[in-house]
Amino acid sequence: MKTLQTRRNFIKTTGCLTIGFTLGAVSAFPDVLSPVQELPRGLRRHTSVNAWLEILPDGSLRVYTGKIEIGQGIRTAVAQVAAEELYMKMNKVQVVIADTDRTPDEGYTSGSGSIEGSAMSVRYAAAYARQKLLELAAPRLNAPIADLWISEGRIGTDKNSSGISFSEVLDGRQIEDVVRPPVQLKPRKERHIIGKPVARKDIYFMVAAQPVFVHNLRFPAMVHARVVRPPSYKAKLRSIDEDVAEREFPKLLKIVRNGSFLAVLSRDEYTAIKAQEYVQQNAGWSISEPLPDIADKKLPEYLKSLPTVDETVVNKGNFAGDTSEKKWISASYFKPYIMHGAIGPSCAVGLYKEDQLFIWTHSQGVFPLRETLSGMLDMPQENIHIQGVPGAGCYGHNGADDVAAEVALLALAHPGNHIRLQWSRQEEHAWEPYGSAMILENKARLSPQGRITHWEYHLWSDTHSTRPGGNPGRLLPAQYLKRPMTDDSPGFLGGGYRNAEPYYQIPNQRVHAHFFKGPLRVSALRGLGAYANLFAIECFMDELAEHAGKNPYEFRLMHLDDPRARDVVQKLREQVSAESHPEGTGIGIAFSRYKNSAAYCAVAARVAVDKDNRINLQKMWSVIDAGETINPDGLKNQTEGGMIQSASWTLKEEVTFNTEQITSRDWNSYPVFRFNEIPEVDVTIIDRPDASPLGAGEAAQGPSAAAVVNAVYHACGKRVRRLPLEKYL
Amino acid sequence: MDTATFRISVNRKAHIVEAAPATPLLYVLRDILELNGPRFGCGLAQCGACMVLMDGNAVPSCNIPVQAVTEAEITTLEGLAPDADTLHPVQKAFAEEQAAQCGYCLNGAIISAVALLRNNPKPNDEEIRNGMQRVLCRCGTQARMIRAIKKVEL
Repeated sequence: MKTLQTRRNFIKTTGCLTIGFTLGAVSAFPDVLSPVQELPRGLRRHTSVNAWLEILPDGSLRVYTGKIEIGQGIRTAVAQVAAEELYMKMNKVQVVIADTDRTPDEGYTSGSGSIEGSAMSVRYAAAYARQKLLELAAPRLNAPIADLWISEGRIGTDKNSSGISFSEVLDGRQIEDVVRPPVQLKPRKERHIIGKPVARKDIYFMVAAQPVFVHNLRFPAMVHARVVRPPSYKAKLRSIDEDVAEREFPKLLKIVRNGSFLAVLSRDEYTAIKAQEYVQQNAGWSISEPLPDIADKKLPEYLKSLPTVDETVVNKGNFAGDTSEKKWISASYFKPYIMHGAIGPSCAVGLYKEDQLFIWTHSQGVFPLRETLSGMLDMPQENIHIQGVPGAGCYGHNGADDVAAEVALLALAHPGNHIRLQWSRQEEHAWEPYGSAMILENKARLSPQGRITHWEYHLWSDTHSTRPGGNPGRLLPAQYLKRPMTDDSPGFLGGGYRNAEPYYQIPNQRVHAHFFKGPLRVSALRGLGAYANLFAIECFMDELAEHAGKNPYEFRLMHLDDPRARDVVQKLREQVSAESHPEGTGIGIAFSRYKNSAAYCAVAARVAVDKDNRINLQKMWSVIDAGETINPDGLKNQTEGGMIQSASWTLKEEVTFNTEQITSRDWNSYPVFRFNEIPEVDVTIIDRPDASPLGAGEAAQGPSAAAVVNAVYHACGKRVRRLPLEKYL
Repeated sequence: MDTATFRISVNRKAHIVEAAPATPLLYVLRDILELNGPRFGCGLAQCGACMVLMDGNAVPSCNIPVQAVTEAEITTLEGLAPDADTLHPVQKAFAEEQAAQCGYCLNGAIISAVALLRNNPKPNDEEIRNGMQRVLCRCGTQARMIRAIKKVEL
C-alpha cells in the first residue's frame, strides 16, 4: 500500500478527500446481534475505495485489480461489477491489472479466486463509492439522498434533470475512505449488467492483431536473450569457449555467465537463437545427480517406495467391529506427471536503469515475484517495478516467474537496454514445473441397501505449489548462480488433498495423505490435487454403484444431501436424457463441488470405443452452479475449456523422462488434443443471483476426467484405473 | 551469419529486409516488420501459432527461411481485412462467438479458417476439423471456434 499511495500521489497531486464516516441512528441491539457483513478478501487487506477505483476528470472510471488477465476474463468481470454498482456504462470503465506500482497486492491469480477475491472487492468498493458520491452530491443539489437519481456517471434530482457528473461532485479529489460495512449492493431487480453475457473486448483486440501480449512488447534498441540450459536438472557448467562463439556470431552482443547460469544476448533474435544452440552444443557440463532409473510403466511402484511425510486429513465415525477384508471393495488409481503446456512459451522483458529494475511479465503474482526477486538480487523492493501483461494461458505456475527472474539477471548484466527473453518450445516442455504424479487407493464398504458405510482413502503425492512466494531458491535460475540458492521446503502440501474428502454423506471416513519428494520439478497446475482425487473418487463411485446395483445418478443422489449438489446432478440427468445416443456408445458421469466449498459441477461424457480400442469422445455435458453468475458467457467459456482440457489430460498426456532429462520435449512427444479429437460441449448454468459468487475456473477439471473414464467403461466394459487412458486401455 | 537483402511481399506491400538467408520468416515479420499476428509457439511447425497465408494457403512461418519466400504473396492476420478499421468476416465471427480465452492461438486459428473457407465456403463438421488440424489450443476453445467457422458468411 505504501508504494501504491506514493506512486499515485506522485502521478497526481490533486489532494484527496476523506469523507467522515457517520453512524446512523444508534441501534438498540448490541453489536453481536446485528447481521455481520463480511467484506471480500481483497478489501479486508486494501481497505480504501481509491485502492480499487478512481473517477477520472473526463468522468470515466478506472478500476484497479491485483489479478492478472490469463484468459479467464477477469478484466471484463471487474468492469461489469464496477459499472453496475456505479450506474455507469461498460465503455466508461477501464481496468488496470496487476502492477506493483499501481494496483492492490492480491497475492496470486490462482485457485479460481479472481471473482471471489478481486471482482467482489471492486464491487463493494464501487457500491461504497456510490453511497459516498450520493452523500457528497446531496448538499450540492440541495436535496436529501432519497430524492437523488444516479445514472451514467451523473447524479441529479427531479428538478435538475441533467444533474452533475461524478467528477464535478469530487472536484478533482478521490474517495480515500475506508470501506466499512454495511455496504448496500445494488438490489437484484435493478441489476442489468451483472448476470448478463458480456463480450470480452480484449478478444476483439486479439482477433484484430493488436499487441495484447507481453510477447509483443517492443522497445527501441531492445536486446534479445536466450538462456543456455544444462543437460539435466542437477548439473554444473564446466567450460565454455566464449571467444569461439563470439567469432562465430559477430552480431552476438554478449555471453552472460554467472556460475552455471549461462545466456547469450543479441539485437537480432535469430542470432540469439543460433548462438544458444551453438553454445549448448559446445559447453561442457557435469551432471551431479542423475534422474532415477525407472523401468517402463513402473513409476507408481517407484514413487510408492519413496519416504513419505504422512498426514491424516479426515478421521470420523467408527471403524471398529467387523473388519474382515472380504467386505471391503477396493481399487487403486494412478495419474502421471502432466504439464501446463502453454501454447506461447514463457516470456518476459526487463530493463535496469539508474538503480531501478523494471519487469514486464505474465507471472500470476507480481507482488510475490517482486519480493522474491528482491531476495535473489539483494535489491530493495522499492527499486523493483513489475507490470503484469497478459501471456499465453498458463493454467497454474509454469515458467512465467522463472523467465522473469532470468530477464532480471540479464537486465542487471546489461544495463540500459530492454532485454526480451522467450523460452523455446523444448525449454517450456522440459523446464516448467509439472503437476505431480499421484497414487490414489480407495476402499469402501456398502450396507445391504447399497449405502456406503465406510470409506478409506490413501493418496500419495508430491507438493502442489512451489510458487516463489518470497523464496528465491524456487526461481529456476537462482539454483544455477555462482552462489546458488536452493529450496528444500515442502511448498503447499495441502493442495494434494484438495477434494480428497468426498462430498457425500458417509458416516465412517478416513482419508490419509502421504507426501513424497519425487524426481521431477513440480508446482501448481489447474485444480491441484483435485483433478486426480476426483478422477479416483468419482471412478470409484461408479464402481461402487455397480456393486450396489444402482444407477450412477441414483447412487450419487443417495449420498448427497446438499440441495444445490442434488440440483446439478438432477439437471445433468435431464440434459443427457433429453437426447438420443447412438448405438454402442457409453455415457459416464461424475460430480464434485470444487474444494468442497466453491462451484458445484456435474459432468457427463459420451464415448464410442472401436475394436482396436480407439476412443472417440463424442460429447460432454456439464451443469455448473457457481452461485451468482457475473458473466454467464465467461463462465460457459471457462467450463467448456475446462472439460476439453481435462479430457486431453485424461486421454493423452504424460510427462516422460530418462536418467538424464525430460524426454517429452515437444508436441509430438507430448501430444495434446487436436481439432479432430474435440468433443461437442454443452454447458448449463444454474444461476443463483441471491447467493455469493463461487470460484469456477477449475471446477470442471476433476469431474471431466472421471466422466470420460466412466464412459469408456460403460462403452466397452473395461475399467481403466491408470492414466493416460489411451495408453492403458 | 552473413546477412543479405530480400524483397518480400507482405499484406499487399513490398518490403526490403536485411536478414541472414536462413532466418525463419516469423522473425522477419515480428522483429523487422513489427507485426503482432504471427506468434512464436514451437518453432517446429507443430502448433500453428505462427501461421500466415502464403499465396492463399495457411502455412507455419516458424521454419520457412526468408530466402524461400521472395516469390510469394504473404498475408498475416493484420492483412486479412481490406483496411485497418474493418475485420475480415472470420475475425468478426471469432470475436462475436467469443472463441478465445487467452487468445495466443487465435492467429493460427483464424488464418487456417480463412484458408479453409476460401476453398470450401460451407464446410461440414469433419471438414472444419481437418482444416484446423494443425492448430493447437490449450484453453479448450476449439468447440467455440468450430461454431464461429460455421457462422461465417463470406
